[in-house]
This record gives sequence, C-alpha cells and structure tokens, in this order.
Amino acid sequence: MASGAISNAVIEPPRNGALLRALNVARSYRLGEALIHAVHDVSLDIRGGEFVALLGSSGSGKSTLLNLLAGLDTPTAGAIHVGGKNLAELDPEGLARYRRDTVGMVFQSFNLLPRMTLEENVELPLRLAEVDRSERQARVGEALERVRLGARKQHRPSELSGGEQQRGALARALVNRPAILFADEPTGNLDSVNGEQILLLLQEIQNSMGMTVVMVTHERPLAERFASRIVMLSDGRLVG
Amino acid sequence: MKGRDLTELAVRNLREAVLRNSLTTLGVAVGVASLVAMLSLGVGLQALASQRLNKSGLFDAVFVTARRGRGMGGPGGGPERASAPNPAGKREVAKPLDEGSRQEFAKLADVTEVYPQIRFFTDVKYGGASFSTNVLGLPESSRATGSFDGMTGKYFSSPTAEEAILQAEFAKELTAEPATLVGKELVLRYAQRNETSAADIAKEKDIDKQMDEMMSGAISIVTREKKLRIAGITDADPSAGVGGFGGGRVFVPLRTAEALHVAQPNDVQDFVRAGGSNKPTYMALTVRVKSPKDVTRVEEAIKKMGYSTFSLLDATRSLRLVFTVFDLFLGLFGSLALTVASLGIINTLVMAILERRREIGVLKALGATDRDVRSLFFAEAGAMGLFGGIFGVALGWLIGQTLTWGTTIYLKRQDLPGVKISHVPWWLAGGAIAFAVVVSLVAGLYPAARAAKLNPVEALRYE
Repeated sequence: MASGAISNAVIEPPRNGALLRALNVARSYRLGEALIHAVHDVSLDIRGGEFVALLGSSGSGKSTLLNLLAGLDTPTAGAIHVGGKNLAELDPEGLARYRRDTVGMVFQSFNLLPRMTLEENVELPLRLAEVDRSERQARVGEALERVRLGARKQHRPSELSGGEQQRGALARALVNRPAILFADEPTGNLDSVNGEQILLLLQEIQNSMGMTVVMVTHERPLAERFASRIVMLSDGRLVG
Repeated sequence: MKGRDLTELAVRNLREAVLRNSLTTLGVAVGVASLVAMLSLGVGLQALASQRLNKSGLFDAVFVTARRGRGMGGPGGGPERASAPNPAGKREVAKPLDEGSRQEFAKLADVTEVYPQIRFFTDVKYGGASFSTNVLGLPESSRATGSFDGMTGKYFSSPTAEEAILQAEFAKELTAEPATLVGKELVLRYAQRNETSAADIAKEKDIDKQMDEMMSGAISIVTREKKLRIAGITDADPSAGVGGFGGGRVFVPLRTAEALHVAQPNDVQDFVRAGGSNKPTYMALTVRVKSPKDVTRVEEAIKKMGYSTFSLLDATRSLRLVFTVFDLFLGLFGSLALTVASLGIINTLVMAILERRREIGVLKALGATDRDVRSLFFAEAGAMGLFGGIFGVALGWLIGQTLTWGTTIYLKRQDLPGVKISHVPWWLAGGAIAFAVVVSLVAGLYPAARAAKLNPVEALRYE
C-alpha cells in the first residue's frame, strides 16, 4: 500500500486500545489581523466500536475537531494518530486516501450531488476507490437496503424527503465499509421524528458492523440517548 | 479514478448544464470549422493545380533534343561546331535522336512512355478550299490529360486511326458551323521525307551521281496527300507550350503521323551531320515518367547518354513552396477563431467551479484526490474539445462544399467546367480534431488547477 494510505484492513490500535488518538491538537485561522483558535490543545482517545458524541454550543470547535479527525483539515499543532499513522504528516494525496478508505462522512445538509440519482450518489465512493465494476451494483444495493431505500434508488435528491436524503447520505458513507463514521450534526436539518430515526439507524449499523462513530451535535438529549461517551467542548477546549 | 469513470462523470456533468456547455462546444466547433474550411481551400486549390499540371503532361516529362553545336539555329548564326567539349576536354560526337535512342530511353527505370514530337506544316483541303496550318501528332496518353474533355465528337478511335481532331478556331475557318465537320473528310497535303534505297541508286544511270549517292546516301522531299476523317473539334489551346499539346491546330494520332514520314525541320541538319546517313531522326522526344519525383533521375541518365534535356520540375518546387506558405497563413487565420473559442472554455469551466464548489468539496470529502478533481475538469474540457472538433470538421466540410457549389455555379455561367476547390483529407480532419482537443485541454489547465486546490472544508461551507 502506498505511503500514507490507511485502510480498515491495516488499522492496528495503539497499545492502549485507542483506534483514534488526538494529542494536543490545535487549529488556528487568521482572520484579518486576528488569530482565531478554533481548537486549542485537545487530546482525545477513541476506541474501536465506540459511539462518541462531540457536544458543544455553536462555535465551540466541535465541527473543526471533527474535520481534523476525518482528515478534511490539517491541525496547526499536535498529532492525530489513526492506526499508527499521524494524519498531520500525510500529504494531500495521503489524506484523500485516508478519507476514501477509512472514513465515512455524513453532513448536516446531506450533500448529495443533485444531478445524480440516489444510486449514482451511493456509487460515487466506489468509483473513487476504483472498486471493480462487477462488485459495485451489489455493494450499492446492500448499502441502500441497510438504510431501507432500495426502492428509491432511481430518484434524484430533489425527489426525496429530508429524512430520505440523510439516509441516502448514510448509505453513501457506508458503501466503502469504513472503519470510522463521522457525522456532523446529522439531525440538524431534520425534524425530531426523522432525526431520531436517523440516529436509530446509525446505532443499528454501528452495532451490526462494529463501526466506530463520532458524531457532532448540540442536542444533549440525543447525545445522551445514543452515544456511549460524550465529549464536551467549549471555546475550542475540552471541558469536563 | 479510472478513465471510464472519469469519462462518464465528465459527460454527465456536461449534460447537466446542457445549454451553457453546448454553446461553449459550439464556439469550439465554429473555431475548428473556420480552420478546416480555410485549410481545405488551400488543400483543394493545391490538389486542383497539381492535378491540372500533372494532366498537362508538363511536370512528369523530360523533353529531349539532340545536342547541337553552337552557332546553328541561334540568332546571328556563326561557324558550326560538330560537337562540344566535355569536362575532360575531349570533343564528343553529337548523337542524333533516332529510333535507337528512343528505345534506349524506353528501357530506363520508371519511364512509362517515349514519343517523338511530330509537328509539320500542311495544307488542309476541304470543301474545295485550301487552308494552311500546322499538324501535331498526339500520343495515346493525351487522352488522359483532360485537354480533350468536353470536345465535340470523339477522341481517335484507335492509335492508328486515319482521323483528325480540329482545334476549334481552325474549324471555324473551314465552316461557320464547326460541329457539322464531325464525320466529314479532309485532305492533308504535306511534305514527305523519302530515303533513296540501294535499288533506287542502282537505277540511277549517271554513274557519277550513283557513286555520290552510294557514298553519302540520299533523302528527297516529295508532296503527298492523306485523306482523314474528322473525329472531333476541341477547344484545346494551341499555345499550350513545350511538351503540351500545343503548336498544332490539327491533331492526328502519333502513330498515324509517324506513318506519314513527314519531313521535319531537323532532317537536313541531321543528314549532313550524319555524313549522309538517311536514317530518320527526331526533332525531339518526350520521355514520360511515373511521377514528378522520377524526373531528375531520368533526366540525368539521358544527359549522360549525350543528349540535351529540359524539364519543368523546378517550377513545381516553387509552386509547392507557394502553396505551403499559403496553407500556413490560412491555418493561422483559421486558428484565430479557435483561440477565441478556447477563452470560452476557460470561462465556462471557471463558472462551473463557482457553481460546483460545494460538489467539489463533497468529492474531496468522499476521498477524491486533487488529481481526481483536476482530471475531472480536464476531461470536461477535453470532451468539449472533442465534440466541438468533430462537429467543427463536419461544419468545415460543409462550408467547403458550399464554396465549391457556389464556385461551380459561377463557372458554369461563364461556360467553364466546374471544379472542386475544397478538399478535407483524413489527415486534416484528424489533425483538426486533435488540435481542438489540445487547445481545449490547455484552456482547461487553469480551471482544473483552481478546482483541485479548493479547500474541502471551505468548499463544503459554500452556499
């Protein structure tokens, strides 16, 4: 495997059993004259199979931390170890491979590509991972069945409800069988009923696939109900 | 991402913003069409010129004459020399151009035909009147030159037919309605060259004269008449020049002309130079070769045999240079439109990046590398270039055909035959498409690089 590539096939937890380890991670942005510390000196261990909720108010740095852990962003200080590799040392190609092979992501605004059908959206990660064509249909079908959207695969996102779109996004995140699923406010754009349905689905998938889930949310009741551990952030720092 | 996936995604993306991408592709097509139309004119005109020149028989022929001494036949005359010194200082004997040399030339590699120039003065008797003119013998290959296309009547029925084709201006001298001459007969009155045979010498009663003739041989010039059927009337220009079918207003098959044993202007000179030999000689021979590229070699070989030669090959070289420069400028002008079209591609793709910012962020979040994103935009640019190129070639061909059609109508109104002035060879079509793709890819460089550099976090936040 090329340098920097991390897949669930080769992830080995560090000696203390943590799949994901953040060590003194910081992320700062320059905004004109000011320097904004979005995340400041955060250290965190996440074990394999855990459902961790990053809880905090708006601007607490939880989404920034999630992006750092998912390899979407690079810390300005500190290290993030996944399977023995430090994400901070990976080049953009390496980070892309990490996101492709190890990570699944679900967003608040679903982020399904509007020009593609649900089936094509779910197939997209398989194209990026260069999965053989003969395998794709089966895996897409499996992912859509898992989220109970098999009958809607030819519909475009605009023809689906919010809840269906988020389930479709979940199917897309799962199709590559990632080791870690990152969800950034997955219920933020849904009503309470649909939101609960999504989290139940997430929990079911996590239990059946043994996946590690890291979820950002500002809703404490949801976090307490579904997560096995809650990590609190405020002003970019861990609290509690 | 694999090539097929890239292509599928690129084509899908282009289909989604169909109006905008179609207009951009149309811009490329117009650029390619102007390039193809311009160059097809250059190629077509060059092909037309080459075809006409090759058919004229001027550029795949070597014209051979016997080497003659200085002072004979030139302005002011002068003492004759029997031969000219070669570089070694030895004087060579000027070789006559006769049947033997004709056969030697025919044996040279890549020579297709060797025929003498037989042109003679004649009195044409028709309808009780007499008309003076020149007659020219035509080789069988003259049929393929196109000079006799559109003639009234027909070409000679055989290489030895006792037929004549009249030049249109001469035919008008015979009758006010030249077309009515076809099928009629005329009589040629000409000067025949006669050799005096040994039997004829033996008949000579004057012994001194007999001795003279035995030592020197003898030729005599007598008038003869020959009846010929008029096979056709042609507009072929009598002043077409050396090696062409000019210099005559009545044409007969070459073998028929040879059988007449017409006295030629060189007969007396060659007779004296040859010490009284009565073997017939030729004024000039035309040696035709397979292609213009064979001319130089054959010409050199004939010169080494001791003859003078002349060819118009250098003229074709200059002509090729002129057309090459012509094509270059046509290509440059045609490319201007394509350059403008490439700016359209840049604009379209930069707009696409703005509109698809979030989409690019999603792709990166899903694991697309910078190279994947760059390749996707490259593929879209290349696809616009490819479709625009193919459509542009078709459009350029159509423009060329329209120009040819318009030109033909105009020429026909001038009572001239139509010509094909535009030609799109496969290399031009393929080259234009490839050029369009290359230009489009170059245009896609900046947008592709810009898309690849997008920060996924910022792109995902973009509304």
